Amino acid sequence: MTSLPTTTTKRLGLVIDLDICVGCHACAVNCKEWNTGGIAAPLTDLDPYGAEPLGVWFNRIHSFEVGEGASGRTVHFPKSCLHCETPDCVTVCPTGASYKRAEDGIVLVQEDLCIGCKLCSWACPYGAREYDYDAGVMKKCTLCVDKIYNESLEEVDRVPACVATCPASARHFGDLGNPDSDVSRLVAERGGYDLMPELGYRPTNKYLPPRPKQTKAGCTGAPAALSPAPDEAPAGGVFGWLDRLLSKL
Amino acid sequence: MAEPALELHRPVGDTVKTTTCYMCACRCGIRVHIKDGVVRYIEGNRDHPKNKGVLCAKGSAGIMQHLSPARLTQPLKRVGPRGSGQFETISWDEAMGLATTWLSAIRHSDPRKLAFFTGRDQSQALTGWWASQFGTPNYAAHGGFCSVNMAAAGLYTLGGAFWEFGEPDWHHTRYLMMFGVAEDHDSNPIKMGLGALKTRGEAKFVSVNPVRTGYSAIADEWVGIRPGSDGMLVGALIHELVRAGRIDGPFLARYTNAGWLIYDEPGAARHGLFVRTDAGEPLVWDEVTGTPQPWSGTVRAALGGAYTLPDGSTVQPSLRPLLARFADAAYSPERAAEVTGIDAATIRRLAAELAHAAFDQALVIDQPWTDVWGVEHAQMIGRPVSFHAMRGISAHANGFHTCRMLHVLQALLGAVDTPGSWRYKPPYPKPIPPALKPTGKPDQILAGQPMPGPPLGFPMGPEDLLVEADGTPRRIDKAFSWDAPMASHGMMHMVIANAYRGDPYPIDTLFLYMANMAWNSAMNTAGTMEMLTAQHPGGEYVIPRIIYADAYASEMVAYADLVLPDTTYLERWDCISLQDRPISDADTVADAIRQPVVAPDRDVRAFQDVLIDLGHRLGLPGLTNPDGGARYPGLYADYIVRHERAPGVGLLAGHRGDGSAEGKGPPNPAQLDAYIEGGCFWAKTLPVEHRYFRFANRGYLDWAVAMGFVGHADAIALQLYSEPLQKFRLAAEGHGAIQPPEHHRARIAAYFDPVPLWYPPFEEATVSREAFPMHAITQRPMAMYHAWGSQNAWLRQIHTANRLYIHRGTGSALGLESEDWVWVVSHHGRIRCQVTLMDGVNPGTVWTWNAIGKRRGTWGLDADAPEATRGFLLNHLIAELLPEQPGQYRYANADPITGQAAWYDLKVRIEKAAETGLWPDWPALKRPAGSKPSPRINRFGAWFRAGGAQ
Repeated sequence: MTSLPTTTTKRLGLVIDLDICVGCHACAVNCKEWNTGGIAAPLTDLDPYGAEPLGVWFNRIHSFEVGEGASGRTVHFPKSCLHCETPDCVTVCPTGASYKRAEDGIVLVQEDLCIGCKLCSWACPYGAREYDYDAGVMKKCTLCVDKIYNESLEEVDRVPACVATCPASARHFGDLGNPDSDVSRLVAERGGYDLMPELGYRPTNKYLPPRPKQTKAGCTGAPAALSPAPDEAPAGGVFGWLDRLLSKL
Repeated sequence: MAEPALELHRPVGDTVKTTTCYMCACRCGIRVHIKDGVVRYIEGNRDHPKNKGVLCAKGSAGIMQHLSPARLTQPLKRVGPRGSGQFETISWDEAMGLATTWLSAIRHSDPRKLAFFTGRDQSQALTGWWASQFGTPNYAAHGGFCSVNMAAAGLYTLGGAFWEFGEPDWHHTRYLMMFGVAEDHDSNPIKMGLGALKTRGEAKFVSVNPVRTGYSAIADEWVGIRPGSDGMLVGALIHELVRAGRIDGPFLARYTNAGWLIYDEPGAARHGLFVRTDAGEPLVWDEVTGTPQPWSGTVRAALGGAYTLPDGSTVQPSLRPLLARFADAAYSPERAAEVTGIDAATIRRLAAELAHAAFDQALVIDQPWTDVWGVEHAQMIGRPVSFHAMRGISAHANGFHTCRMLHVLQALLGAVDTPGSWRYKPPYPKPIPPALKPTGKPDQILAGQPMPGPPLGFPMGPEDLLVEADGTPRRIDKAFSWDAPMASHGMMHMVIANAYRGDPYPIDTLFLYMANMAWNSAMNTAGTMEMLTAQHPGGEYVIPRIIYADAYASEMVAYADLVLPDTTYLERWDCISLQDRPISDADTVADAIRQPVVAPDRDVRAFQDVLIDLGHRLGLPGLTNPDGGARYPGLYADYIVRHERAPGVGLLAGHRGDGSAEGKGPPNPAQLDAYIEGGCFWAKTLPVEHRYFRFANRGYLDWAVAMGFVGHADAIALQLYSEPLQKFRLAAEGHGAIQPPEHHRARIAAYFDPVPLWYPPFEEATVSREAFPMHAITQRPMAMYHAWGSQNAWLRQIHTANRLYIHRGTGSALGLESEDWVWVVSHHGRIRCQVTLMDGVNPGTVWTWNAIGKRRGTWGLDADAPEATRGFLLNHLIAELLPEQPGQYRYANADPITGQAAWYDLKVRIEKAAETGLWPDWPALKRPAGSKPSPRINRFGAWFRAGGAQ
């Protein structure tokens, strides 16, 4: 069994805005692109051009419907490792391969210790672990640890690939352990929430709920319908009415 | 246990090169990180005006596109029957020799026997010019299949269009209405814009779309309209606004042709034409003096009333018949509810919300500006209502009028290029329409000679048609004929069918680039494959020769006699020119280049290089020096720099002359270096006083003239009433020297209406509603771009197969559950596929993802790949001609104005299938000669982790 740090200096993580995620998969693919050449490389694809392609992805988008009819909604839900504060995926690890960094709370796998037993993927209720059948080891979201600290990059580029690439700016990165950070403020303002908090793993990543939709006329301040222009002298048919209207514009 | 030390600072690669993405039509700026000559990582370029650092799924998967096992590796010559896929590899010398021999013979006998059509070509400024140089009018790209209704309606109405030439004012708008947009153009800017708009939190976003996916999923309101009925919704919105008098009279009088007088003399040859002075100036009725005066923004033009001119002519402002149409009960919300399936109360509310946002929340920017008439305005006052529309409106036989109606709605709200509304992207607005006429009249086509102008353009009336004296089309696709008089993008979808039938004449060589006509880029796919392989009794192919250029083993490759393998987008020069389809946004004019960031590892050549070389071998004057030498020995890169369309105007606007000239200036030999230095793009941000009202903004228009965007700085009056349409109608009514053949007369008279109208799509109006009760449409998935995505090891994992989506209630009524197999039957054909039931779709509509289905053995995929065993195309159900009607001429399944392919008009019925499995299921194609095997496992990137490349 592997132990967790008692506290972490920072709690680095993602804030994902479900109000504006359009389900385009940009984050998932850019993640794969960065990480397949990065610290956990490769993100192997089995049978990549065949009948059953099966690849390693650290981030996946689930699109589904909830409700029906007028209350029905289509949801695009990106999901990756939530870098929980008390993750069972680490504590179940028999070899110490899975660990949570004391510095920033990122959960990583040390591959040379991993025996591919998959206990961690059974332990993770979010399905965020990815087994590389070719390498025989477990892989997962690294929060682009080899990008966010990388001094060979300009400072502005030191963010996870999924955040940098998101066309809708639906993904934010920062220290959720610091209540004054931009991401913590965003979570507070928008009512950001934990995924399945009842399980008690205290995920670091947060989701921002959809904003209330402006579906009713009153929301935009408009009446329910326009009133026909008054016409005191209804003569001359459509053109007569129209000419009087146009003369007043 | 101690934490392991991590290598956190490893440089991404050893080199970073900028270039331009080609994974869709967005053309975003990218930074390509390279390690030991291998592409390590592609990211969005933060400095680039198009994407500002973001990159979509497609662009992020560029590495897999670049390394696709479907890449062709050498030129191929057919050795088996056409369609068998049997080729031998040949040298480039032999390939170019063959092409030169074939084309030279045509050029010196009848250049029209060459039909040169390109698909998702991003170099039409070159390819169209090349066709002109060759001397054939038979050229177009895939716009006729894609969105010409959108482009033509915009260019004939606003002098700009949705997507390419305009965009919503994302940062100011208070109300955005989007029609028929899935993952369409503009891919990244729309996502960026919607994210910004919703985060700003001041605007309502309404998505009108039969399907609630993608953008519709995050809309404040989803309006699940019945396909093909959008024009009735727009018409009813106009009806409501007009009945309430909620239209912007001053805007209309000042900036549009609303006040221009038209003759009101039914039956006369000039009925419905503008009243003009001898100098050609349009007249308005001056309300102040009570006299006709030349239109100008300083005259108070009457918008209503009927007048008699001093010469006794009866006239009226052109807005009058336009508003009369929409004020009529034919466009009432109740009538629209019957057609669209949207209840009348919702339509009324949407109209009220539009008016509220436009007029009660007028947006004022304290920015002085001066109009073309010299009037100084202290502020910019905007109508913060914006619209965007795309293929859901465009790909219908009523799409041109629907799109024009949408533009009329914008203008009635005063919401064109004002703060918060839809805005032009420079170099637009252009004169309405742009002053380019199609070329190809008899005296313009001479053996061995170039044509004197471009193949494509914008007819202003019957005199600009490309027809014989008896009305027979001059072009193989029948564009610019009475079949489709304003077919400004050509009609690629009719080329093969017409060539096969020899209608209007047989051709010799079909030369295609990046156009998958044997599969997802054709209607009547099975028939197209038969036409491509049809033989005369003597064994000669009906289409004698087919040359195809593509980078990948698409379905079309097997049908070519000669295959010219292209490079990938990372191995080539290209230019994204203001002469073509610019990458500007509303505040910034921009163009860009692609540079080769890695060298090809195969015996392939960039198609643009091949075209320039071929042109020289053929002796085309623009590509050959007087001494016979090559005019552009450095091929396309050389052409990009040194070719001039007009003195000082070339393909790139930046770094001209000594490097400091913009817009116009002599060629600069160091231009490409300057572009590379600048990140492979050039961008100029407009001063704030030039950012709105550009149809009449003096400062902007003067600058646009200096840059070479427009020929003069006159005001561009928005054309709500369309005189070119009326000219065609008058011809159909018997006026003028150029007359349509009798069988076209009624149709021209009916649809060439100068005022937009809604009519039922033709297929729907022709086939039995009982036999084919459902609409069937497709959408492009966000993570894929047509056929290209399926060869991509990463993208295909997101969409490996497609399903037919059907509304839960409708499906239940048919006894269907998700996973069931069904027959989908149209008047033209049938397919068998699998369904998924869902909630967010119009109950009368089924839909699927476009172009996931593949033919077995193509695109580097195994023959049993899901794309081939469970992926399907609706194309098999769509006919290229309208259903046969006894005794009637069979028109293309297309818009009657523009010839836009009407593939969203499809009507079907769904039957539960007893059998399972995909049908039809064509035999597998062999992988083209020279192909490398597809890897069984993809460990791409392991080398980088190990510290070096392979």
